[in-house]
Amino acid sequence: MVAQLLFFYFSGMTVLCAIIAIASPNIIYSALSLLVTFIHIAGLYVMLHAEFIAAVQIIIYAGAILVLYLFVLMLFNPKQESRSVHRQLPVAVFLGVVLCGMMILAAFRTEILGQKGTITMVAPHTQAIGIALYTDYIFPFEVASLILLVAMFGAILLAGRTVRRKN
Amino acid sequence: MVPLEWYLTVGFLLFAIGIIGVLVRRSVIMVLLSIELILNSANITFVAYADALQSITGQMIVFFVLTMAAAEVALGLALVIALFRARSVLNVDEINLLRG
Repeated sequence: MVAQLLFFYFSGMTVLCAIIAIASPNIIYSALSLLVTFIHIAGLYVMLHAEFIAAVQIIIYAGAILVLYLFVLMLFNPKQESRSVHRQLPVAVFLGVVLCGMMILAAFRTEILGQKGTITMVAPHTQAIGIALYTDYIFPFEVASLILLVAMFGAILLAGRTVRRKN
Repeated sequence: MVPLEWYLTVGFLLFAIGIIGVLVRRSVIMVLLSIELILNSANITFVAYADALQSITGQMIVFFVLTMAAAEVALGLALVIALFRARSVLNVDEINLLRG
């Protein structure tokens, strides 16, 4: 009962703040309500027994990515978007409703045939993630670090060009 | 005990909201924020299935999706800064430099 109440609180706040983020004409408000969305998604992760992912969600999404967005927003000080409805709104609502309805229908009609694992019985999840990360997933882990390196080079090259010219 | 389908429904609703945001908003930064919502909906689905199937693979994929999201945000915002410096425009409808 408590779990269901918590689920309704977290999911309701997630969806509500996501709608506010999409609908608000002020981009700063959008970014801040997206922050609330991310924190409540971390709550959903805790309810799904994924404590490490919840911590990483708060540290990376709420701590790093949103702060990066807010830095860029305050660098540009963008004007408010006009409140008039975009001409793609009917297409967007149609696509959103149809895709969401189809996926919900598929989720409720599907039987899971795969074999269940035993991950909750062996160890705490964080320990299991660490063991899996450095044994089975060591190659994707290295590739991810390479991708982060390339992203860092790309960001410096793209955004720091005028600074280099001045020197 | 909350059934798996409810978590999936939350993820799908977030996906629909993200799709609507990508198509409706005019600012480049808002389009990138909506892509973050779509990535989060995929993450919720992965973690929900990881819990339902008692497997660690879903959580590992979420870990790598987070890495991707960080790289994507860094590159996307660098592109936005470069675009703003070159054209001083942030509206996706006005980015038409190649139009004859």
